[in-house]
Amino acid sequence: MKRYSAFAIAREALRHHSGWDRAWASPEPKKKYDAIIIGAGGHGLATAYYLGKNHGIRNVAILEKGWLGGGNTGRNTTIIRSNYLQDPSAAIYEKSRSLYEDLSQDLNYNVMFSPRGVMMLAQTQHEIRGYKRTAHANALQGVATEFIGPEKVKELCPIINIDGPRYPVLGALWQPRGGTARHDAVAWGYARACSDMGMHVIQKCEVTGIRRDGGKVVGVDTTRGAIDCDKLGIVVAGHSGVLADMAGFRLPVESLCLQALVSEPIKPCMDVVVMANTVHGYMSQSDKGEMVIGGGTDGFNNYTQRGSFHHIEETVRALIETFPMISRLKMLRQWGGIVDMTGDRSPILSKTPVEGIFLNCGWGTGGFKAIPGSGWGFAELMATGHSALCAEFSLDRFRAGRFIDESVAAGVAH
Amino acid sequence: MLILQCPCCGVMADETELAAGGEAHLKRFGPGSSDDDFESYLFNRVNPKGVHFERWRHAYGCGKWFHAARCTATLEVFGTYSAQVTEPPQEIRDKISARRPGWRWREFG
Repeated sequence: MKRYSAFAIAREALRHHSGWDRAWASPEPKKKYDAIIIGAGGHGLATAYYLGKNHGIRNVAILEKGWLGGGNTGRNTTIIRSNYLQDPSAAIYEKSRSLYEDLSQDLNYNVMFSPRGVMMLAQTQHEIRGYKRTAHANALQGVATEFIGPEKVKELCPIINIDGPRYPVLGALWQPRGGTARHDAVAWGYARACSDMGMHVIQKCEVTGIRRDGGKVVGVDTTRGAIDCDKLGIVVAGHSGVLADMAGFRLPVESLCLQALVSEPIKPCMDVVVMANTVHGYMSQSDKGEMVIGGGTDGFNNYTQRGSFHHIEETVRALIETFPMISRLKMLRQWGGIVDMTGDRSPILSKTPVEGIFLNCGWGTGGFKAIPGSGWGFAELMATGHSALCAEFSLDRFRAGRFIDESVAAGVAH
Repeated sequence: MLILQCPCCGVMADETELAAGGEAHLKRFGPGSSDDDFESYLFNRVNPKGVHFERWRHAYGCGKWFHAARCTATLEVFGTYSAQVTEPPQEIRDKISARRPGWRWREFG
C-alpha cells in the first residue's frame, strides 16, 4: 500500500494522478479463514483491523451483503462523545473517543475527526440534576465533562435561543473533547488498512446460513458459496436477529428505524454539536455547511430504512424553538437506518450459545461513536476469549439482571 | 405512514393515533418458572424480517388493545384481529400464506 501524504499528492499532481492504487482489493473468497466477520460496517472492519494489529490474526474475511459502510455507518449523524453515566459504558466509549483522536494517523487515512465539543442541553430541572450527576460520575471515570450555565451555552453556540417559552435552556453537559468525524472515511480507512494486512474485504456476499457441528461453528453459507472458519463474529446491527436465527438462538434485541436529515448547505453558524434530549433532537453543521439533524426512532419493528414522516416533523418542530434561525431552512434529504435496540439500551459484546460465534450488536442509536473502542474490545474477545472492555456487556447480563441501564441513566436515545 | 384498522371500533387509524405494544402472543412466565423461560419471556424476541405479529393500542381513539399481522420488511399489513386470542386466527394465517408462500411459521405460546 502506498502511503497517503502531502508528498504523494504533489507527486501525483505532476503525473496526472495516474499512480493512485485502489484503496482496497476485491478478492475472491477462499475456502477457509481463521476468522470471518459478518458485516463490513465500521464495527466489523474495526474488529478485523484490531484482530490483525493487536492480536496478529490476519487470515480474516469480512463479508458484506451490500457495499462497504452502506448500512448504519453511512447513515448516522457522526457524533462522537463519551459522557455516559455507567462505568462500563464510559470505559468503552472513552476508549473509543481516545482512539478517534489519532485514528487518522493510525490508519494513514483522514477520518476528519473534529473535536469541536458536544453539548447536551438541560431544558428541565430534572435534566439539570441528571447532567450534574453525570458530570460527577465522569470526573470519577476520567472523562472530561463539565456542567455549564446558560450564558456559557449561548457563548459557545450563539444561534441557540436560551429563553424559549416552553423549553428554556437551563444549562448543559459539555464535553469539549467530543465532536464529529467523517463516517464514510472511518469505514474506508479501516477497510484499506485491513486489505493492506492481507485480509479479504468481500462485498456483495450475503450470508444465508451458519453451519454448525456439535454446537460449534464450522462455517457460513453465502451467496458466493460456502466458506469455512474457526471463529465467526456477527457484527450486523439491525439484522442481528436474522443472523441469530440462522445460528439457532434468539436475542434480546428489536430492530427499529431511526431517521436523520440534512438541510441545504449554509454558511458556518455553529461549531459545536448540540443535543436537546427533552425535545429529542440533535444538530451539528457538517463541513459542507449542511445542518445535520437526528431525532428519535419510529416506535415499531421495521426493516425498511425509510421511516415515518411525522417523526421528522416532531424532531424539526422541537428544534425550531431552540434554534429559531432554522425555521426557514430547506431540508435536502432524509434517510433511515435500522438500529438494534436492547432492553437496557446498552450493546452486547459477547460469546454466544454456539461455540466460536461471537456477537457484537445492540449499539442501538449510538454506534458510530463506539466504532474504534468496540472493534478494539471485540477483537480482544474474539482472539483471547476475554476482554475487560466487553466483560460487562455479555449476553447473560439479562438473565442475571445485571443491566447497564443507560436508558434510565440518560432517558434518551444515544 | 402505517395505517391499521382498529378491529374494536372499525376506524382506519394512522400510526400517530396508535401506540405500538411490541411482540404479540408471548407466553407469560412468572415466579416459579425456570430462568430460561423467564429470561426468554422478558427479553428475547423473534424480531423477524418479514411476517410479524404485534400488539397495538388505539391510544388516541377507542383506547382498546388489538393484534396486527404485518410485514416488517415492506410494511404491508395482512390484517388486524382481536386482542382476546393467543394465536393468529385462521383467516389471517390464510392471508399471510397467500401473500408469503413458504413463510416459515413458528409455534405460538
